[in-house]
Amino acid sequence: MDCDPNQSTPGTTPIIEIEGLRTQFGDTLVHDNLNLHINQGEIVSLVGGSGTGKTVLLRHMVGLTHPAAGSVRVFGENICTADPRDLQRLRTRWGMLFQHGALYSALTVFDNVAQPLRELRVLPKDLIRDAALMKLSMAGIGPEHALKMPADLSGGMIKRVALARALALDPELLFLDEPTAGLDPNASEGFVDLIRSLHQEMRLTVVMVTHDLDTLFALSSRVAVLADRHIIAYCEPGKVVEFKHPFIESFFRGERGLRAIEAMPDEQERPDETIMKNLTETQYGK
Amino acid sequence: MASPTSPTLQLEGTHTVRAAGRWQVGALTQGGIVQILHAKLKSVPDAGTVHWDLSQIEALDTIGAQLLWNAWRRKRPSQLTMPAQYETFFQRLEETGTLHLKKPPKRHWYSLAALHDVKANIVDHALDFITLIGQLMLDLGRFLADWRRGPWREISASIFHTGYQALGITALVGFLIGVVLSYLSAQQLHQFGGDVYLVNILGMSVIRELGPLLAAILVAGRSGSAITAQLGVMRVTEELDAMLVMGMQHGYRLIMPRVIALAISMPLLIVWTDAMALLGGMAAARTELGLTLKYFVQNLPDAVPLANYWIGLGKGVVFGGLIALVACHFGLRIKANTESLGQGTTLSVVTAITIVILADAVFAIIFTDVGF
Repeated sequence: MDCDPNQSTPGTTPIIEIEGLRTQFGDTLVHDNLNLHINQGEIVSLVGGSGTGKTVLLRHMVGLTHPAAGSVRVFGENICTADPRDLQRLRTRWGMLFQHGALYSALTVFDNVAQPLRELRVLPKDLIRDAALMKLSMAGIGPEHALKMPADLSGGMIKRVALARALALDPELLFLDEPTAGLDPNASEGFVDLIRSLHQEMRLTVVMVTHDLDTLFALSSRVAVLADRHIIAYCEPGKVVEFKHPFIESFFRGERGLRAIEAMPDEQERPDETIMKNLTETQYGK
Repeated sequence: MASPTSPTLQLEGTHTVRAAGRWQVGALTQGGIVQILHAKLKSVPDAGTVHWDLSQIEALDTIGAQLLWNAWRRKRPSQLTMPAQYETFFQRLEETGTLHLKKPPKRHWYSLAALHDVKANIVDHALDFITLIGQLMLDLGRFLADWRRGPWREISASIFHTGYQALGITALVGFLIGVVLSYLSAQQLHQFGGDVYLVNILGMSVIRELGPLLAAILVAGRSGSAITAQLGVMRVTEELDAMLVMGMQHGYRLIMPRVIALAISMPLLIVWTDAMALLGGMAAARTELGLTLKYFVQNLPDAVPLANYWIGLGKGVVFGGLIALVACHFGLRIKANTESLGQGTTLSVVTAITIVILADAVFAIIFTDVGF
């Protein structure tokens, strides 16, 4: 099968390499012998049922948790064994958008975004001010909202501010945990456009966890499907839907999935017409 | 400058400024490079008219672009050589224009508006507290009318947390204070040959004043802060709103059970603290003055009239209720952010202790002639 996660694509630079990863919480085995390679410039979506450990995998990648076995290498550096100074340098090269924003509730919107810049201790004040306002405006937040507190923002605005904060240091790698969850379809579409344009402009590599099929098909260059404690399939969204597995069948080939596949942008590879027809038939009966 | 890729800026003659290296945030922040560049950029004469050559720049990001842009006084210089791939950064900067951050006007603490806020705040607190007491009375009425369906579970859980779990700390503190008090008094009394009066001094002060006050201060710090923080987090996580939506009144399900629980567990804790403090006092008296335990116990009822004991217990009920009310009052006022949570909890404990001491003074005045 050409959706093998162990296969690495030649001629590309891997940014994240996960090998033989095992995660265990008490007696529950979450991941077992999980392998995943993410190349530079890709937008990889992690999908899987509830409780399959997508967020846990994301947390392993940023070093918030450590796996029971196996290695996680980001930018060629093993996260689990890297010395603190290297890890600190790594942390300025990636940004993370948390599911609920995780904005500092005691700081204003502006201070939230300026925080990572101030943390470097050397940037001049006016540069921090301009750069933070610029990042906010890139995320679609005008300066008139800059002095609001996070508690006064709507869900969509919180996500945007959190994205601006994640982008504050011009990271090369961006982690998104459920970027469109809790947004209305309009806002979520806007958010998808935003991430796509930022990806092009800033040459980002993006890893995201999502349940939203529209987002998934609109953005991902590859999809990694997490089931049975490892990555069962890892390839382009057009191909992944053809993979034979009960989870993929129920996840992508439900009515919702079919609608999302229909709406896929044209430049992406769509599943074969015949397969689509078969899918539709199995869905609605002959 | 350290490595060949670190960002540099060179003035060539008076006409050309050449930037090279990696103008990215990671490289810029190494070893104070950004300060040097910032100063250099500021010193460029006629930034708008000189020729800017960016063709040697290896990599650029928004921070680096912003640094240059600010040096250009936020407009594109007339002579600019730049690789095409950096065009987007400056295009965006040009399109966005200058963004202004409106600073809120600074206020002195003595300004009229600030003073007005303080007054409004105090009035607000007072009204809130009165409402809380009023609501508590209504809830108590409802509880008495239909006691079978009252929040018994919450009450018993609260008694466990505020009473049983506080036994250890109150015992330790009570015992030690008893020892200290006994040693101090014994030394003084010994000078006048009044050793036997130690029982009076110790019994009276512990049972009437120190026991209730000690227990109350410990409980205010322990349970008061816990109640405030719990209600505050419930506000942050919207649990308070969820309860209201499901028809569970805060007053009836959160406040009243805690007030009742503390009003029950507080007097019991006072009995316990009294006993421990007297025990500590007895132990110290035995080693210091040679008063036997038997003598101490036999003389205690004569030295301390029973009324004092009741006063102590009454104080317990009042202190417990006040601590719970103050903690709930501040807990419900917490706003959905971390700073407010910290401030609210601090304020709650400080206020609870102050109010307990205030109430103690009131007790002392009311019962001046009782129990001697």
